[in-house]
Amino acid sequence: MADTTDSDGHTGTRRDFLYLATAATAGVGVLAFAWPLVDSMNPAADTLALATTNVDLTGVEAGQAITVMWRGKPVFVRHRTQGEITAAESADLSTLIDPEPDEARVINPDWLVVIGICTHLGCVPLGQRTTDERGEYGGYFCPCHGSVYDTSGRIRGGPAPRNLDVPEYSFTSETSIRIG
Amino acid sequence: MAHGSSGGTPFKNPVVRWVDSRLPIFSMMVKEYGQFPAPRNFNYFWNFGALAMIVLMVMIVTGLFLSMHYTAHVDYAFNSVERIMRDVNFGWLMRYIHANGASMFFVVVFIHIFRGLYYGSYKKPRELLWIFGVIILLLMMATAFMGYVLPWGQMSFWGATVITNLFSAIPLVGDEIVTWLWGGFSVDNPTLNRFFSLHFLLPFVIVGVVFLHVAALHITGSNNPKGIEPKGPQDTLPFHPYYTIKDMFGSGVFMIIFAMFVFFAPNYLGHADNYIPANPLVTPAHIVPEWYFLPFYAMLRAITFNIGIPFTGVTIIEAKLGGVITMFGSIIVLFFISWLDTSPVRSARYRPIYKWCMWLLVLAVVVLGYCGSQPAEGLLVVVAQICTFYYFLHFLVLMPLLGKLERPLPLPRSISEPVLREPGAGPLPAGATAKPMEKS
Repeated sequence: MADTTDSDGHTGTRRDFLYLATAATAGVGVLAFAWPLVDSMNPAADTLALATTNVDLTGVEAGQAITVMWRGKPVFVRHRTQGEITAAESADLSTLIDPEPDEARVINPDWLVVIGICTHLGCVPLGQRTTDERGEYGGYFCPCHGSVYDTSGRIRGGPAPRNLDVPEYSFTSETSIRIG
Repeated sequence: MAHGSSGGTPFKNPVVRWVDSRLPIFSMMVKEYGQFPAPRNFNYFWNFGALAMIVLMVMIVTGLFLSMHYTAHVDYAFNSVERIMRDVNFGWLMRYIHANGASMFFVVVFIHIFRGLYYGSYKKPRELLWIFGVIILLLMMATAFMGYVLPWGQMSFWGATVITNLFSAIPLVGDEIVTWLWGGFSVDNPTLNRFFSLHFLLPFVIVGVVFLHVAALHITGSNNPKGIEPKGPQDTLPFHPYYTIKDMFGSGVFMIIFAMFVFFAPNYLGHADNYIPANPLVTPAHIVPEWYFLPFYAMLRAITFNIGIPFTGVTIIEAKLGGVITMFGSIIVLFFISWLDTSPVRSARYRPIYKWCMWLLVLAVVVLGYCGSQPAEGLLVVVAQICTFYYFLHFLVLMPLLGKLERPLPLPRSISEPVLREPGAGPLPAGATAKPMEKS
């Protein structure tokens, strides 16, 4: 920098330095001012505060399912039948699009808890009612672009890239769970 | 030129003179919209810029008045729109003009873009003019998408969900970006509020870019159906009255068509599902965007395969990300066509091979539009893939190659040459078309 010479023939060290320092200070200032504006578009405190939901599971018989809202999204809670559990556990992992064993996706094998949003483009898949179209694997079927999920909520066919997400949840008693 | 103004102000009105000597806006209007020399051979395709400007104004005015009655809240939005339809004086008229105006805007702009592509208006020296146009198209798409969310019907909600979820395909930070866009964990009240805010803002941004678009046009001058530059005053006409009249005639025809939709088929271009209030728990059986997005939606869904290194099973781009890249790429590629097209000849009239490629492109886009309107299954997926392939082939391969391989037809010596020549009068004397023509 010391040997840079401008068109008038004198080295511009001090001026260049002031110029760069001013520009850098202004740049940092602009970024510091922009960040609060950008961050204001992230979820607000009250939105985050609504982040847990308690669900009572009494009265949901095997084969039945309920849908609850959590963070504005539907969560599928399904009381699986013995046949559905067997099908989920016996699936050959090497044939899966997003390989994941069933035991990694459930806490209690009787209950499947997944976010009811197709991982393709966010539609709500069918399959919570026994009368719904459930796809080839008896789990869920997304009517938007034809993704097929099995009884563990794993993607088995169609454009979706991932298994249905499992929310963070815990059993607060034998018959109730807290999501989030 | 009746308004000739070299030095001093040409205006008689003392107030106008006083203003003009301090801020020469009247002189500018006379120069840019009175005398502005435009090629004399415009066809009706050259109406569509003015038509787009008219629709933009109609949209801003109706939108402003609609916003006085609309409530941007998930609990009230749907009902406030129904109130506009039933209770607000002429609310139905403003809303139907605004809703159909969006469709008319895209019809006009798509034809305007076709005009630019067919007659080579994107070529030197109009590259920047074209780029401003592509920016306007992107802004229009964002504005139209967010406007469609505001009535908070089923299609609003699920369209917003599907389109915002596209961003989750971005590697690493996709999910964070989607949460940021939503301001929550799903499309909800914060999303509706910001979409309303941006839907109000973006049209004014569009006005700003339109100003730059028109300013750039007035530096280079208009292209014309022959794609050759005017060689002198004999090749041009003053914008007023020749093209003001032609634009007024065109806008009359346009407004008849616009009014036919508004008054006789106001919901023809919409979806019945959007008269059902938004429900986050029930997805409509068949989510479709508005018609003007269908070709792009079809490209999104055409990428049904992962892209990876062959024979290794390594995936580089998942199908979902591939679809998103393809869809956005279909617009982004337009930014570069001024340099992708290597032919020195602008107008497709004198390019026997490119002309047919151009019509193939139109066919591909129309077929893509049809594919986008149907469920993505069976043969239609393959058809959409072929059309998507052609779309990119056209811009990325044919445009650079044809400029080198194609033998263009001979260009006329000037714009006025074929006009001045009487039918059957034989060849013109040399130099006749180079002289300024006297107007009778």
